[in-house]
Amino acid sequence: MNVSSAVVRVHGLVKQHGRGQGRVRAVDDVDLEVPEGQMLAVMGPSGCGKSTLLHLLGGLERPSDGEVWLAGQRIDTLSERALARMRRRSVGFVFQAFHLVEELSAAENVELPALLAGRSRRQARRRASQLLERVGLADRARHLPSQLSGGQRQRVAVARALVNDPLVVLADEPTGNLDTAATLDVLRIFEELRSAGQTFVIVTHDERVAATADRLVSMRDGMFVDDTRLAGSHTRGLGWLIGLED
Amino acid sequence: MQDAVLAMLAKEPSHGYHLHARLRRSLGPLGESMNRGQIYVTLARLERAGLVVCERADGLPERPERKVYALTPAGQQRVATWLAEVGWPKPDLAEFHLKLAAAAAARLADPVELVAAQRRELLRRLREVQQAALAEPAGSGAGLLLEGVVLRLQADLRWLDACERAWSKVDDESEGA
Repeated sequence: MNVSSAVVRVHGLVKQHGRGQGRVRAVDDVDLEVPEGQMLAVMGPSGCGKSTLLHLLGGLERPSDGEVWLAGQRIDTLSERALARMRRRSVGFVFQAFHLVEELSAAENVELPALLAGRSRRQARRRASQLLERVGLADRARHLPSQLSGGQRQRVAVARALVNDPLVVLADEPTGNLDTAATLDVLRIFEELRSAGQTFVIVTHDERVAATADRLVSMRDGMFVDDTRLAGSHTRGLGWLIGLED
Repeated sequence: MQDAVLAMLAKEPSHGYHLHARLRRSLGPLGESMNRGQIYVTLARLERAGLVVCERADGLPERPERKVYALTPAGQQRVATWLAEVGWPKPDLAEFHLKLAAAAAARLADPVELVAAQRRELLRRLREVQQAALAEPAGSGAGLLLEGVVLRLQADLRWLDACERAWSKVDDESEGA
């Protein structure tokens, strides 16, 4: 069989929590393929299993059953060490709570994963400065996270997620802690990355975040209940949407 | 209004006053201003358009309350088309609300599926408007208007979530019964 051009591929994925009577299937027999360059949003009420799914895709948790493939490599059977290396090199994570190192400056936070992946100091610094420029924070490079607003911190986290040119960026409620203006800043960056062909999986309950994606999957009780292509289906034009035309 | 009245007839032929009561019940306080005359005017139009037929109970004086209205095949066709439509040019909440109620009553379509179709359509529009909004420079007047459209679509989507929750519960209960 053709291994397919999917960057992320999961088959028969199951994640169970607890035992016996209290056993819950957080992810219940899910199949998914995310082709290269696709931005996929996963939506669903809290507790539907969307965050667990994201953790399984990125190798932060191991499945109870099923397979997880990343760019043609099966990752759920890797050793802890190999899995950690794969995560560092191939996956960029963006979390709701930013997870920046408070003692390091914005630039140092972005450089860190590059250094851990074995890049030279010079390479890491250059890449970090490019990325901070890209997220509009070139002038905040020396600031500590505590000196930045929530939106700025999340933009640093996005730059950090991109520093090793990951195969896929996994974002878990990336705007969950942000106000409207900061959300728009992050969405603008996502939109740019989308047009640049970055593969993305975003878990969110914010319709605006979901609407930046090319494709939307809805989850209920650990299962997919809807899979919708949002891109390339233009409606009758913006004027019509605001009632200027019939 | 015409579509909603037609769809209510899909369950069973009805008297005008019975239709009026069902509409009032579905709309609650929002339907208080609706009078029975409006229903009869609508039914007369639908009859002229060949979408409903009126059967008069024999031997009774000719009064509008005595008439029983039923869908014609063309009327049934029109109801099916209306249920499948996912239009939302101007968010007409009452029309969509009645569509779900009528679909469920006549068992013509699954309300949860109607909600899902509507959500897909709204998300596509939200994507389109949002892309346009994000492309506007900060402080642009057009951006402000687009932001308004985004927020309205977002509100509609949240209401659809509430619709889904409510109608899923109805499903679960009827399955459990």
